[in-house]
Amino acid sequence: MHPAFSVVFFTTATGAGYGLLALLGLLGGFGVIPADFWLGLVGMALALGLIAAGLLSSTGHLGRPERAWRAFSQWRSSWLSREGVASVATFIPAALFGVGWVFLGRNGGWVAVAGLLAAAGALVTTCTTGMIYASLKPIAQWHSRYTLPAYLIFAAMTGSVLGNALFQCFGAASTTVLIGGLLATLAGWGWKLATWNYNDRLEIPTTANTATGLVGGTVRSIEWPHTEENYLLKEMGFSIARKHSAKLRRVTQALAFAAPAFLLVIAFFLPWPLGVIASVLAALAQLTGMLVERWLFFAEAKHTVALYYGR
Amino acid sequence: MTCLPSHTDKKLGLVVDLDTCVGCQACVTACKEWNTGGHMAPLTDIDPYGGHVDGVWFNRVHSYEHTTELGGRTVNFPRSCLHCETPACVTVCPTGASYKRASDGIVLIDEDKCIGCKLCSWACPYGAREFDTDVGVMKKCTLCVDRIYNDNLAEEDRVPACVAACPTSARHFGDLGDPASAISQLVEERGGVALMPELGYKPTNRYLPPRARSERAAKVDAPALEPIRAEGGFLGWIDRMLSN
Repeated sequence: MHPAFSVVFFTTATGAGYGLLALLGLLGGFGVIPADFWLGLVGMALALGLIAAGLLSSTGHLGRPERAWRAFSQWRSSWLSREGVASVATFIPAALFGVGWVFLGRNGGWVAVAGLLAAAGALVTTCTTGMIYASLKPIAQWHSRYTLPAYLIFAAMTGSVLGNALFQCFGAASTTVLIGGLLATLAGWGWKLATWNYNDRLEIPTTANTATGLVGGTVRSIEWPHTEENYLLKEMGFSIARKHSAKLRRVTQALAFAAPAFLLVIAFFLPWPLGVIASVLAALAQLTGMLVERWLFFAEAKHTVALYYGR
Repeated sequence: MTCLPSHTDKKLGLVVDLDTCVGCQACVTACKEWNTGGHMAPLTDIDPYGGHVDGVWFNRVHSYEHTTELGGRTVNFPRSCLHCETPACVTVCPTGASYKRASDGIVLIDEDKCIGCKLCSWACPYGAREFDTDVGVMKKCTLCVDRIYNDNLAEEDRVPACVAACPTSARHFGDLGDPASAISQLVEERGGVALMPELGYKPTNRYLPPRARSERAAKVDAPALEPIRAEGGFLGWIDRMLSN
């Protein structure tokens, strides 16, 4: 699948944004992190900013963005429509929570309820994003039991590592969040390794034989219907060389998992301000690494239409 | 509405005979010619006379070499929308632009509702949907919905343009939901197959496999080619000099 930057950025940014929103909603709403105007303002601006930037980026790849409002209508059958509805609905409790926690400096009561609902909205929206990919049968690497948990784990991971950096910057360091971020990073690493392992051993029943209905033997493409790449090949015929893929998997592991885990361990032991610097670096490295991971998620996914072209 | 109808009165579709298809591309050009002025018009061409020709087509003919223990053969393979019974291209559509008709099972797009998110083309395993980058919406085969019910055409012309154009009658049109229809009987007789049945899309269209080889064909072995003799003499020397 062609890794369009708008979609790669969209899923990475909204994942981190919803992870951070859920973290702030739960910890802020229930008073684990005391209400602080600047921490709250920057934190909520970061979370909602990442979500809004991601959603805007996703409308950037539409052919007719002025009709985007129509995408809220088919939630009965379409995961993409459900994602649209859930993402917009989540802004309501998120805004109420932001007003109560940031501007009124409150927690508990209705602010806690709003924070809880915002966290639930973040969870549901991330699930719908994962299901868009997991429900696509023509792409075996996505249509697996690894896809949905990956979206949830990566949202929790990037959200908590980003949250830890934020709390450290405002002198509200929480050991729980730091350790949570570290554990989520290790879980994310393990899940990604397991996913790659699964995909590399995947035996896909759909072949050039079943695609053409020609039984037995080998089916070799000898002539395409067209001389230049068409929409199908540009959008779904993308293929990545194995050696490039191996290199990018190492880059992903270094930036998204190994470096942040190492920096978070350092941050745990280092005094201020070195712990702050390590925490911020961990978040930046991880977000960069996740962009590479998401690029690979597309580049390594093979659509059945490629079979018709002998790819 | 992108939820699928529980039942369609008819299952209109195509049957393609891979035995008689000669890969002449007549169906491809007839489809383009009709549909660029039809229901989903236009079938945009991008840079048609340049170096990066691109554009929307509903029907594309591939050529394959099918090699089995009996030998190899060339198979020309027309590929277009199969008007599936459970088309995921319809259910993934977030706007309701894609729909499957309860009356005849044809899968269509309402171009005025399409936002061009392209998800339907990802959900189609057969590559039936092509995005029109110029208009910003998705396009696909309509089964010539504007021909098959068209009272302005002579009755024999009320078939999809690709079927009307085929010089070897390798393309057939009819109701595959009716076991008594001529097209269903043809599928029955020739052992027509569905493409990628393992994915569960339940395509309506069927492909008739190439017939078994006949032993009746005359066997005339061509004489082996002789090795090229090195030319000698003056003319050979001239030839070698000029060839260098």
